[in-house]
Amino acid sequence: MATLADRVLGRTPLRRHLTLALLGLVVVVVVLESTGQFRNAQFAAMAYYGIAAGGLTILIGLNGQISLGHGAFMAIGAYTAALLLRGDEPFALPLVLLAAAGVALAAGALVGVAAARLHGPYLAGATLALAVAVPGIPVYFGEALGGEQGLTVRVPRIPDWFADAVFFVTGQDMSSSRYLAYVGWLCLIVTFVLLANLARSRVGRTWRAVRDHEVAAELAGIDLGRARVLAFVVSATCAGLAGGLLALSARIAAPSGFTLTLSLLLLSAIVLGGLGSLTGALIGAALLTFLPQLVTGWGQDLGLSDVRAAELAPLIYGLVTVLVVLFAPAGIAGGVLAARRRRAAHHGSPSARTDSEARP
Amino acid sequence: MRRWTKRWTRVTALVCAGALLAACGAGEERERDPAVEGSTVGITDDTITIGGHFPLTGVAAPGYSEIPSGHQAYYDYVNANGGINGRKIEFVVRDDAYNPTTTSQVTNELVLNEEIFAMVGGLGTPTHGAVVDFLNGEKVPDLFVSSGSLQWGDQPDKSPFTFGWQPDYEIEGKIIGQWVAENLPDAKVALFLQDDDFGRDGEKGVRQFIDGQIVEVQKYQSGNTDVAPQMAALQASGADLVLGFTTPSYTALSQLVSLRLGYQPKWFYSNVGADPALVGSLLARFSEGAVTDGTQLLDGVVTTEYIPGTDVPDDPWMTLWQKVWDEHGGEGELTNYRVFGMSQAYTFVQAMLAAGENPTREGVVAAIEKSGADFQGPALAPFRFSGESHLGISGMQVVEIKGGVGQELTPVLVTDIGDAPIEEDDSAAGDAPPPNGIPEG
Repeated sequence: MATLADRVLGRTPLRRHLTLALLGLVVVVVVLESTGQFRNAQFAAMAYYGIAAGGLTILIGLNGQISLGHGAFMAIGAYTAALLLRGDEPFALPLVLLAAAGVALAAGALVGVAAARLHGPYLAGATLALAVAVPGIPVYFGEALGGEQGLTVRVPRIPDWFADAVFFVTGQDMSSSRYLAYVGWLCLIVTFVLLANLARSRVGRTWRAVRDHEVAAELAGIDLGRARVLAFVVSATCAGLAGGLLALSARIAAPSGFTLTLSLLLLSAIVLGGLGSLTGALIGAALLTFLPQLVTGWGQDLGLSDVRAAELAPLIYGLVTVLVVLFAPAGIAGGVLAARRRRAAHHGSPSARTDSEARP
Repeated sequence: MRRWTKRWTRVTALVCAGALLAACGAGEERERDPAVEGSTVGITDDTITIGGHFPLTGVAAPGYSEIPSGHQAYYDYVNANGGINGRKIEFVVRDDAYNPTTTSQVTNELVLNEEIFAMVGGLGTPTHGAVVDFLNGEKVPDLFVSSGSLQWGDQPDKSPFTFGWQPDYEIEGKIIGQWVAENLPDAKVALFLQDDDFGRDGEKGVRQFIDGQIVEVQKYQSGNTDVAPQMAALQASGADLVLGFTTPSYTALSQLVSLRLGYQPKWFYSNVGADPALVGSLLARFSEGAVTDGTQLLDGVVTTEYIPGTDVPDDPWMTLWQKVWDEHGGEGELTNYRVFGMSQAYTFVQAMLAAGENPTREGVVAAIEKSGADFQGPALAPFRFSGESHLGISGMQVVEIKGGVGQELTPVLVTDIGDAPIEEDDSAAGDAPPPNGIPEG
């Protein structure tokens, strides 16, 4: 029996993902055009957190490897983008972002080969070392990479055809923060469609098999090492792309932007959102972006001093994390899904969907 | 037949939705807003909204997080006395935790959401460096950056809206270098530098005078708290005078480690890292109680000063700041960081008054370029503001710390970057605050 969702979205995963992507694009245009410049800038930030979290959730949720060092791959992407955008004749933006993802891919392959031999806490330790070490590289090569002060990034000019096309559809002029938000969300949609397809494909099934039972997976003819390295590479590439976008949005690539805190925040975002779910990654990214500003605002409305209000944000973030872990161990996305399933079961509906796999 | 109809229904729906979205647009007709003469964003008939980014949480928060509370206290004082031409100042502070990515985000918030008239006192070289281009692109006055890097003021044509405030590290280096050349010509000098603009600009200034006397240069990365190798290298070089361009934490660390190594040279710290009260408390904390009287340890250390601080409570400016803090301050004592914030706030009020009854963003920049060099205020030396330079205070005096109090070793020395000569100039040091504590318009 075809459900309504099947009818609207199409039956094969590819068609379903593409339809969802198209719908997502429409939503993005409507939201970005109906919000102000500041919100646009926040959405741009949400896009890069979302891409990085999406990649990480595939690695941890689907393949069962842990990484505490994804901030390092973001740094690699950010510095690649910053270097390519320097000079009087900077490279075209798509090329810059591809390069950011590409360099991170190479780094991910290198680390992935080592990571594939490690498990659990050892892998966590190795990736932790990466997160600590990589920000030291630009400090050591201060001449070329700007040292502690980092490299400032000039946002490339908005291409005329793009500004004209958006103006034609929406009647609004393009600001630089809106442009970056568009670039970020286009990248996010493309990335998520690719990730979702990958997760539903043979590759995704081997990843899950490796996660669930190594011996069984090996008996089924899966090359454990290859599957692990591939998952790590895919995930690092996402982080690299996200780093490139971060450099554009923040207009700088500096070591202090890629401390261990960033890696841990990404991890907490996907735990909050729901491990292994791309929707969860998006929810986590939204929390990372909007929560601190909201909470600080509330604190100031309550009459707290600036310092106290600023200290409130990490406190609330921590509390939310504790609450989610206690009451919705599968994360926010997982919790919502479970609640819906319970209700469906309660009503005796036979068509309650059972897939909890990654979907955009 | 049924499938066929269904497909067409779907296509029609899509086309309709597309047409509807396209209809929201304006087509190709495109007009540009005519340029407005001067922006008044952030200014209403009775308020002026300004903002700043400071590290309120994280490693850089001790000390620096007190600067905005100094600003706030002085603005409250001005507001209570009628404001600036009847307008009250609203100061919006955002925490960037000394992370440039966050600085970028909170600056977006301040400029695009809070719609501030100007950024005032934004703190830190890497952090503020991330937003200078954005602020200048949006034509937001970026006044009195809390950092002595040269990049805020030596190229006004590149960032016309950005102004420095404190003496830059290069002229501080020059003044320190000359003092050493004149007073300790036989000293073997070692440099202990923070590895960024701070250390680099300082070294450049020092080397103009005592290039031949320097026997060793050691640098540290901010964040790496192990400075034992550097201290050992300084000791091995046989240097008997160490010039430190360090932040307060690293002043304390270098003191502790050299104490452990039994290395006792003469110390000269740049103004940034020589606040006796903060360094003293850091010493107590880092040594886990082993050093109880940290301030004592700093006895005999030479440093520089460019505004009166808490060590001279009888100075007329300090009397004013104490009064402002008592009336409008929050919790805590009046510290040198709060004095720094108030002194900056004083200059901001001065600049707004110079911009006239109906200030605009462009107007305040023009007013500082025109009359900034004549601003009278707490600074010991005049500002260098002009059309060609947006660098701040032009000089400082060398002092020796005795019992937590700075004893003058030189008169106020005034200079500029590059080959500009160093001259004695006490003209600004005698400025007394106006009786009501608010600069005259």
